[in-house]
Amino acid sequence: MPRLVSHPDEVKIVTRRFGMGAAEIDKYIELGGYESAKKCLAQGPEWIITEMKASNLRGRGGAGFPTGLKWSFVPKQSAKPKYVLVNGDESEPGTCKDHLIFLHDPHAVIEGTIIAGLAIGAKTGFIYLRGEYRYLLEIMEKAVADAYAKGFLGKNIFGSDTEFQVITQTGAGAYEVGEESALMESLEGKRGVPRIKPPFPAVVGLYGGPTVINNAETIATVPHVIAMGAAAYAAVGSERNGGTRLFGLSGHVARPGVYELPMGYNLKKMIYEVGGGVRGGRKLKAVVPGGSSTPVLLPEEIENLGMDFDQVGKAGSMLGSGGVVVIDDQTCIVEFALRTISFYQHESCGWCIPCREGTDWLKKSLTRFHAGFGTEKDIDNIRYLAENMMGRTFCPLGDAAAMPTLGFVKKFRKEFEDHLNGKPCPFAKHVEMAVV
Amino acid sequence: MSAETMSVFSPQLSSRFDALTEKYPVKRSALVPMLLYAQDEIGYLSDAAIREIADRLSLTELDVRNVASYYSMLRFKPAGKFNVQVCTNISCMLRGAYEVYERFQHELGIGHKGVTKDGVFSLEEVECIGACCWAPAIQVNYDFHDELTPDHVPGIVAGYRGQANGKAGR
Repeated sequence: MPRLVSHPDEVKIVTRRFGMGAAEIDKYIELGGYESAKKCLAQGPEWIITEMKASNLRGRGGAGFPTGLKWSFVPKQSAKPKYVLVNGDESEPGTCKDHLIFLHDPHAVIEGTIIAGLAIGAKTGFIYLRGEYRYLLEIMEKAVADAYAKGFLGKNIFGSDTEFQVITQTGAGAYEVGEESALMESLEGKRGVPRIKPPFPAVVGLYGGPTVINNAETIATVPHVIAMGAAAYAAVGSERNGGTRLFGLSGHVARPGVYELPMGYNLKKMIYEVGGGVRGGRKLKAVVPGGSSTPVLLPEEIENLGMDFDQVGKAGSMLGSGGVVVIDDQTCIVEFALRTISFYQHESCGWCIPCREGTDWLKKSLTRFHAGFGTEKDIDNIRYLAENMMGRTFCPLGDAAAMPTLGFVKKFRKEFEDHLNGKPCPFAKHVEMAVV
Repeated sequence: MSAETMSVFSPQLSSRFDALTEKYPVKRSALVPMLLYAQDEIGYLSDAAIREIADRLSLTELDVRNVASYYSMLRFKPAGKFNVQVCTNISCMLRGAYEVYERFQHELGIGHKGVTKDGVFSLEEVECIGACCWAPAIQVNYDFHDELTPDHVPGIVAGYRGQANGKAGR
């Protein structure tokens, strides 16, 4: 069972009910659950969207798009049914926050889905969980059945004339399906390859109908925003970054775990105070701030870095999924880069050539490099390859592979050079033979 | 569908599939869950299972295979009764996932995608399973085991071996 952690600096909004048995519907109701959905039902779509805009809640999947604005893009009139699609295909290395939400607070996901449905005028919401999360899918399925039994879902939700159905769905192992258009393809029973945009899902989405797709954390946050009020929620975070974020501290940190901290919280403080510093008293070498696809940061870059979408963006990386991976001074960056690119090579769906071929060649190059067979020219080749993948694919997976690779090569060039001319890696125990 | 008597699946799974195909606005949406649940029961996606799923959804077998081949959890060959999946992605790697993986290789005497002779275990090195903050983590079928060290490995193996000896069949 995943361990829950706690720190005095935490502001518990989304995690408020964790560890309290709120997966049981009666407990959830006792703790104020489903009141937000009832309020939204009474207030209507305009009010919900205005509130969501005012809350400054931004998409927790990684892109950080303002949630209220996203909802407002859905046309009011539509010949085809509209849908809400909750993205729980959590697969970004370093990220396990949705895991805890599904485990401890599944009704918050359902309630958020209802509210999103009310806002855009959808009658159906889908909650998609990655295939590996079977025990969490079972928890979600029970929660959905309980919500139906109470009349919170169905033809007449909360005794009104409004209909809202929720359907749960399992994936079967695919990182790419976390991309919104690939997610829709998968839910339609197809290979999870991305669609070209435009048209955007808000106009042409699932089964051709207008669709709002939100990350599970975003959706689970929605009822809390309504309950505490948009202004109060926005006030917790930093400028244009409302509320809190579930940061996942992992890697070489003394106290790893998922911590709910205000947006804009200082990264250095997060690692040294919340996380208890680098494990075993070692020195910090680097930090991946928001999941494996975000460019690495050096210790000197995190001194005054507030963890929100804008500040991390300005520092040349991304807040991404909030998965903070801490790397100590005994780690080989070339090996770390190789393991990262191996993941993207495995997960590239093969639809776009720059990504399919690019990740493959990057993996080959880095494997050779790590084994001590690299050449000076390879370092520039890795850069050249990565730069040529950027922005040339249907979906962001190509960028997600190229960006961290560029970061490693730019910031740790010396370490790459140390691997030249057959010199054995100073750190690594796991040197794969280069088969090129 | 009245294919129950002819079905390669158990009556329970058959009726579950009947319900699944009614669940979505478009029947085909049931495909990925059906493939996974079929595999859970049979152990892999056999030709007969693929044929029946195709029939149930009015798809061609080729369509079904094309989709199935995309998803990394789906397989066309039997795995062990207990499929040990060791995550070695970055967060797990930093906390010793490869040492855990090597210990499994040693204890089970098999490598990546190998199956033990008695068919009880198979081993796989997998990508991130969403347990980064409790690393290193593994899944045995769908069960998570987290915060592991290599010393936990013999106990985990013994536990599942006990289960395998206790009751037969999947």
